[in-house]
Amino acid sequence: MKTVNTKLNRRSFLKASALAGGGMMLSFSWLAGCKPTEEEMLTMPKEWFELNSYIKIGENGVVTLYSPNPEFGSNVKTSMPMILAEELDTDWKNVMVEQADFYPERFDRQFTGGSQGIRQGWTPLRTAGATARAMLVSAAAQSWNVPATEITTSAGQIEHKSSGKKAHYGEMASLAATQEIPEEVAMKDVSDFAIIGTSKKNVDAEKILTGKPMFAIDHKVPGMKYAAIVHPPAFGMRLKSFDKSSVSGMSGIMDVFPIQVFKEDYARNFFDTTTFPELLAVVGNSTWEVMQAKKQLSAEWEEAPESTFPMAGRGGGTTDITIPSGLENSGTHKSKMEEYIQKSGNVVRRDGDPESAFAKAAKVLERTYTAPFLAHNTMEPMNCFADVSGDKAVIYGPTQAPEFIMGTLSSSLGIPRENIQINLARMGGGFGRRAYSHHMVEAALISQKIQTPVKMVYTREDDMSAGVYRPTYSATYRAALDENNNLLAFHVKAGGIPETPLHANRFPAGAIDNYLAEAWEIPSNITIGAFRAPRSNFIAGAEQSFLDELAEEMGKDPIEFRLELLERAETNPVGQRNDYDPKRYAGVLELVRETSAWNNPQAGVSRGVSAYFCHNSYVAEVVDLKIVDSQPTVESVFAAVDCGIVVNPDAARNMGEGAIVDGIGNAFYGEMTFENGAPTKRNFDRYRMIRHKEAPRKIQVDFVDNNEDPTGLGEPLFPPVFAALANSLYKATGKRYYEQPFAPQLEMENLRM
Amino acid sequence: MATYNLTINGKSKQVDVDPGTPMLWVLRDYLDLVGTKFGCGIAQCGACTIHLDGNAVRSCQLPVSAAQDAEITTIEGLSENGDHPVQEAWKEHDVPQCGYCQAGQIMTASALLKSNPNPSDEEIENAMNGNICRCGTYTRIKAAVKTASQNL
Repeated sequence: MKTVNTKLNRRSFLKASALAGGGMMLSFSWLAGCKPTEEEMLTMPKEWFELNSYIKIGENGVVTLYSPNPEFGSNVKTSMPMILAEELDTDWKNVMVEQADFYPERFDRQFTGGSQGIRQGWTPLRTAGATARAMLVSAAAQSWNVPATEITTSAGQIEHKSSGKKAHYGEMASLAATQEIPEEVAMKDVSDFAIIGTSKKNVDAEKILTGKPMFAIDHKVPGMKYAAIVHPPAFGMRLKSFDKSSVSGMSGIMDVFPIQVFKEDYARNFFDTTTFPELLAVVGNSTWEVMQAKKQLSAEWEEAPESTFPMAGRGGGTTDITIPSGLENSGTHKSKMEEYIQKSGNVVRRDGDPESAFAKAAKVLERTYTAPFLAHNTMEPMNCFADVSGDKAVIYGPTQAPEFIMGTLSSSLGIPRENIQINLARMGGGFGRRAYSHHMVEAALISQKIQTPVKMVYTREDDMSAGVYRPTYSATYRAALDENNNLLAFHVKAGGIPETPLHANRFPAGAIDNYLAEAWEIPSNITIGAFRAPRSNFIAGAEQSFLDELAEEMGKDPIEFRLELLERAETNPVGQRNDYDPKRYAGVLELVRETSAWNNPQAGVSRGVSAYFCHNSYVAEVVDLKIVDSQPTVESVFAAVDCGIVVNPDAARNMGEGAIVDGIGNAFYGEMTFENGAPTKRNFDRYRMIRHKEAPRKIQVDFVDNNEDPTGLGEPLFPPVFAALANSLYKATGKRYYEQPFAPQLEMENLRM
Repeated sequence: MATYNLTINGKSKQVDVDPGTPMLWVLRDYLDLVGTKFGCGIAQCGACTIHLDGNAVRSCQLPVSAAQDAEITTIEGLSENGDHPVQEAWKEHDVPQCGYCQAGQIMTASALLKSNPNPSDEEIENAMNGNICRCGTYTRIKAAVKTASQNL
């Protein structure tokens, strides 16, 4: 048992009663009906007692846990309350979960992204649970006049064994709420966990499966109007003029007006990426009517000049960011990238003397990998509800990062933060896209203009063509070998438009004496943003494809080769800044070797392996592929994951399976291209997404069993699958695949895609 | 604007809308049945799937004028208590991640099982191929359809 000082998490002990609750929704972990059933009605307490920001307990023992982070499908709304419930030592059957709205006064880090929810929530949530438990124990000690140290708890029951006194949590909740917050509390030993590590069903499953309103796009209030937006047709363009009369006679149309997302002097933050700071808004009586009007609205667009705006720095002060002018083309992107591939980049890391090692090499293996821009394509298009009236605003929308948009909202609306309430909707997918929440500002500005509640919805075409894409990347790898095929030096030079994917201090840095990493970047006006495992989602595929080819060149088994490098990194690391643990890295390779029966594959399959470390977790994957009727078919994927303690194992496997499917889809088909600044794919008829038929027949996700504190899970299974697939395709077709998406090249091999 | 009499989830409903309005938006904006989701508007993603006389159709492409005299079922009306074998199977396999596409997946799967109670893997894939799940829950969906098929 270890103790933790509660002062570190003081903010979570503010009582909610002072704050008005907005839009909070109840979810019974076990029933989760929308209208309470008879059983639920009986279960609802007459009175709630708040023990801290996260926990309130009814007099009948029912517990409400607030899930602080926005839910976009990673199931934090189930797993974060599980952590609270564990240390509270309550029975999961008595738990109801509510989505907390955005209350930075009450909750730490209400951000969903970077696979950090569980990792960074781990200690605060355990502390909040353990503190509430300690207050219940203290209340019982006071009531029974016995020492608190003699009191035990179990599954929501409090007991003093020697006197035979017993009570459930509800009976002590009222008194517990008045107890002093203890300075220090004890946390459970991992071996005593009763909830963490057992699979719990999604607390919102019932609502999802019966179509209850739970997304912002489902929201409606009396008198609400509907809005659509019209943005410029291409990157590098802006609004010149529009003709309101072109739609003014249309059914149900109220108004058309331009909105400015940013105030002139506003210093943007890192998540203030928006492609079109000026848009047209169409307001009317229904979604269909505003969508019809937006098609008919006549507007003129013009090329935008180069623009500069201030961006707030992390350590205070601002820097000027310049957006180039021009209408960009994918063809030009490609040729520019080819130029940069030939030039030297900025040296980010150098170990030993790589140049001399390459000069004396008997053989140099050099390969270049590329990948295109990708659109996030969340199934729920960008949308938001806003009710701005006078100097008050209520915003209900899909956002991964309410904190990052609050300042923008306040500046753009001219309303102080304390008068803006952001309520957190369940999101129909995020994948990084909704860390950039300017749809909220847009809806709020529209509502402010008409002083009426409004729901703004993007069409799929708006959503897909509005930017904030995964960048296009390139990476060139070189390996120097001596005449005996020993690895002398390793060189990576990686760049992209407009950012480099390089992680210079990751494996195999630290495992090779002579190592050089260079980066380059090409500016662009095409906006980019975080996309599931930013940068890793490309560089892992490039690196792990190259290591596969290098292992073959050196005559080594690909797993054995990686393990040799990791052994070197562990026993005699090169350099000081290697940001991975070689032992845990090797652990997942060893596990996947075992789970996939690496040396004994199923008959007729071609297999490829890959491993990667990102978001504090280690993953190795094996893809088994068959060519069936001239069609590459993924038979099985085996994943071995080290993300420390797994809070909710079945949900964790679900997340991993999804990441693998996502990776296979993007590797085969994912691609956004541009002609004269305009995205060439605007809906799912042209932007190919992976579908049922193309999903693997079987996915097996296994976790390394250890007691390390939990780390990331939403992202780490995504990056390695690209190379595991490419390496299996090589085994199946005899060709290496360097350029994503793979489908067009496979078609050239007379395969059906 | 015109008045339409519709039968939705066994109940008579009347709406006054433009004749070209797709059922998707009639359900969502006028009848507050928001379980049917907007995904693409061009029948490419399946999020808006409903049953028209028992067949799975994309409601974004079904004008309200074509929906009269037909029995319409939405996710809200698939079962009285949310316990259709497909919904039960989805729970058992804990299928959803974000959950946005799942109503459409369930409506397609339940229509499939009605016409073909014991589908092969290939028949499941063919029937479900029009429903995109961006979270990638395809393997669980397939397993859940099989479970539902056994529990019909």
